[in-house]
Amino acid sequence: MVPARPETAADFDRLNPEDAIVSYITDFTPAVALGGGLLIGAAAVLLMAGIGRIAGISGMLHGLVSDGGNRGWRASFLIGLVAGAALYVLIWPGDIPARHGFPTLALIVAGLLVGAGTRLGSGCTSGHGVCGIARQSPRSMTATGIFMACGVVTAIVVRHLLGIGS
Amino acid sequence: MKRHILAAAAGVIFGFGLCLSHMADPQKVLAFLDPVGHWDPSLALVMGGALLVTFPGFLVLRRWQRPWADKIMHWPSATQIDRPLVIGAALFGIGWGIGGYCPGPALAALTFNPREAIIFLIALIVGGLAADRLAR
Repeated sequence: MVPARPETAADFDRLNPEDAIVSYITDFTPAVALGGGLLIGAAAVLLMAGIGRIAGISGMLHGLVSDGGNRGWRASFLIGLVAGAALYVLIWPGDIPARHGFPTLALIVAGLLVGAGTRLGSGCTSGHGVCGIARQSPRSMTATGIFMACGVVTAIVVRHLLGIGS
Repeated sequence: MKRHILAAAAGVIFGFGLCLSHMADPQKVLAFLDPVGHWDPSLALVMGGALLVTFPGFLVLRRWQRPWADKIMHWPSATQIDRPLVIGAALFGIGWGIGGYCPGPALAALTFNPREAIIFLIALIVGGLAADRLAR
């Protein structure tokens, strides 16, 4: 018996067979979350041990565009990142569903805010969140607290009050 | 050359980890950020797993004089909690909560949702350049 309101990702798929792929309900996946997290941490430690750099993705992206002299290692890391993701998609095709139907305007506004915010605030989830907290940097801990709190409030407003993406 | 190989290897592991953890999936991120309804706490474990490695790892690396393939350790030097940090983190959080993408996952998404990833990444670059202009 399928409930009237979806409770799990599988319920959502049964209720929306024609649009199963856009399920906004996801299931708790502790094992792969922890495993993937360990890999992300290992990559950050390898980058610091290898070339003495913080694995901050926003800094690398902005630096590629504006810091002419030091592009090389940034490009190598970012190309590697896309290759690593491609490898996963090759091994497990379709495992990560491609969201569709999300409003393009919302996507553009999100990108502009993330770009301006990470540039002004000198970091994102990786540089401040993963690396900065591990360094016990008060700046990074402050930034992480702020972007987490703002992310939660925004997600609630956007999904429940504006009804976008759900 | 050695620097590039090390950076690329770290990138591959990072990108694979983003996908394995499903943090590259914006629906997963939004299901974490939005506790109203069907909260999915998975992302807390991604962050926790990463810190489990970086915390002790950086404690050891703090004592290194130089990395394998460079002359110095480029630890960040800024210590002040200033206005740009606070405003920037807030803007970033709002954008993250709208789209479900932060920079790393957006790059990973090039491989399974190129349409969304390209639109988001172009806007991200433009937003960064605009912030430079305004801050000047």
